[in-house]
Amino acid sequence: MKRNRNLIILFAALLAGLIAPLVTGASGAGFYTEVLLGGLMAGVLYSLVALGFVLIFKASGVFNFAQGAMVLFAALSVARMAEKMPLWAAMLLAVVIMVALAFVIERLVLRPLVNQDPVVLLMATLGVTYFVDGFGQTVWGSDIYEIDLGIAKEPVMILGQLFEGGILINKDDVAATAAAALLVILLALFFQKTKTGRALRAVADDHLAAQSIGIPLNRIWVIVWSLAGIVALVAGVVWGAKLGVQFSISQVALKALPVVILGGFTSIPGAIIGGLIIGVGEKMAEVFLGPVMVKAFDLAGGGIENWFAYVLALLFLLVLPEGLFGEKHIDRV
Amino acid sequence: MGGGLSNGKSIGDVVLDLQDISLAFGGVRALQGVTFDVREHEIRAIIGPNGAGKSSMLNVINGVYHPQQGTVSYLGAKRHDVNTHEAAVQGIARTFQNIALFKGMSVLDNIMTGRNLRMKSGLLAQAFRLPSAEREELQHREAVEQVIDFLEIQAYRKTPVGRLPYGLQKRVDLARALAMEPKLLLLDEPMAGMNVEEKQDMCRFILDVNDQFGTTIVLIEHDMGVVMDISDRVIVLDYGRKIGDGTPEQVRGNQAVIDAYLGVSH
Repeated sequence: MKRNRNLIILFAALLAGLIAPLVTGASGAGFYTEVLLGGLMAGVLYSLVALGFVLIFKASGVFNFAQGAMVLFAALSVARMAEKMPLWAAMLLAVVIMVALAFVIERLVLRPLVNQDPVVLLMATLGVTYFVDGFGQTVWGSDIYEIDLGIAKEPVMILGQLFEGGILINKDDVAATAAAALLVILLALFFQKTKTGRALRAVADDHLAAQSIGIPLNRIWVIVWSLAGIVALVAGVVWGAKLGVQFSISQVALKALPVVILGGFTSIPGAIIGGLIIGVGEKMAEVFLGPVMVKAFDLAGGGIENWFAYVLALLFLLVLPEGLFGEKHIDRV
Repeated sequence: MGGGLSNGKSIGDVVLDLQDISLAFGGVRALQGVTFDVREHEIRAIIGPNGAGKSSMLNVINGVYHPQQGTVSYLGAKRHDVNTHEAAVQGIARTFQNIALFKGMSVLDNIMTGRNLRMKSGLLAQAFRLPSAEREELQHREAVEQVIDFLEIQAYRKTPVGRLPYGLQKRVDLARALAMEPKLLLLDEPMAGMNVEEKQDMCRFILDVNDQFGTTIVLIEHDMGVVMDISDRVIVLDYGRKIGDGTPEQVRGNQAVIDAYLGVSH
């Protein structure tokens, strides 16, 4: 009961913070909507990265630290190969590369460590992170590269008659959102409706039992790491097209940590909704809370975007440790 | 699933033959030169004090452990070292001493995983619910429903197994193994931690499985009353060695067995 109360207070506070700028007249409706949309778009990108974490955690109980590195690696592959071939061919080839990477990781890292503690596997993925980071630069170089999706970068104005000045949105953001939505629908179908999806969920719960009913652990791991690789590819291309392909992409992936804490480590919808909450939350905080803090406490302001997600995740950990949609485990004592 | 085995059930040929099995973990010798066989349709019990090597024996049959010495013949052919997955493909199912269910999934989904090996339609066909995949899913769902009826767990289909009481979890564990339609069913202490009523139910289920489906069963059990009641033949292990083998009556009269259980005065 007490937990529920805390949860309601947390949500009420979030909601109050969300509508405060509108109610207090700190912002016009048009600008407010623009910030909101900007937040949602950023959130989609977080969601994409978080999705990779969730996939692997769901199916193997491994927290894959290397997801960010995989995003960078995929983006680098596409960017560099697209210099020599059409974009679609580069992406197709990048899919092959990510599947091959999954094979290698399964064979060299996961298989020897089967049935080890989660901590051991976490350390192993930490090693994979640095390897993939470095290897990507060895193969593809370490400059800043571009991915050109062929979508105009200039923002377009919509709803001009509804709000004064209209709302500016980017076409590539809309494309990214559509891609993310499609990916999520496919993954949800896969997990809930196919026997392989069921097998993945079974493996996540108990390796030994899954093997004993004839689920081939090794193949499942290759499948799920391939899926995570493909999700990383989509995230990498979207990020890369927006910000340029550079090392910082793998760091931005750390933003996906608060997202999975918020959404729940085992939930695909959780990754999406968590990403959106974090994306909107930090944009709102940066744009509207920052100036307030400057005025009230005479601070320098700024930088809120960097820590807001983590503070929010911490609050959620206190009130709802399994996240919004995570599986609640009932342990017998 | 052959019927008509009730009463004068016919014990068939040897389906599993273990010769001179030795298994060691470093200096610990879990099994030392154990030889025994399992015949078709029989209920074969493995008993022995704690640490006698019973679970190790089951794990050898199931492919979890590979013995350093000895040969395993299954269905008349000598078997190379298989892993658990291959053992499952060959028709060997098992339950676990400490229940190993998929706790986040419903009872139904848990049992459905037992059908995984038998499902043939491709990934895309399933994801997009093509008619062929739909038909297959329904077909397997039907088989699962039979198992659910058989074990009388209709009321818990949608319940996440983590929420079920211990006795029922044991039953779901058995249900998942049965859904595989195994040739050989390994039960690791199916009645551990149960009250008298639950034990009686489980005994009935085991006998019915053996009787109605003709499944060959190898089980480990501590409750002597149960073992003597339901087994056709019993093997007794002590410190990794076989000290007795035969019908319940023969084993009960075996001096080495009595010594192992009651201790010997020196």
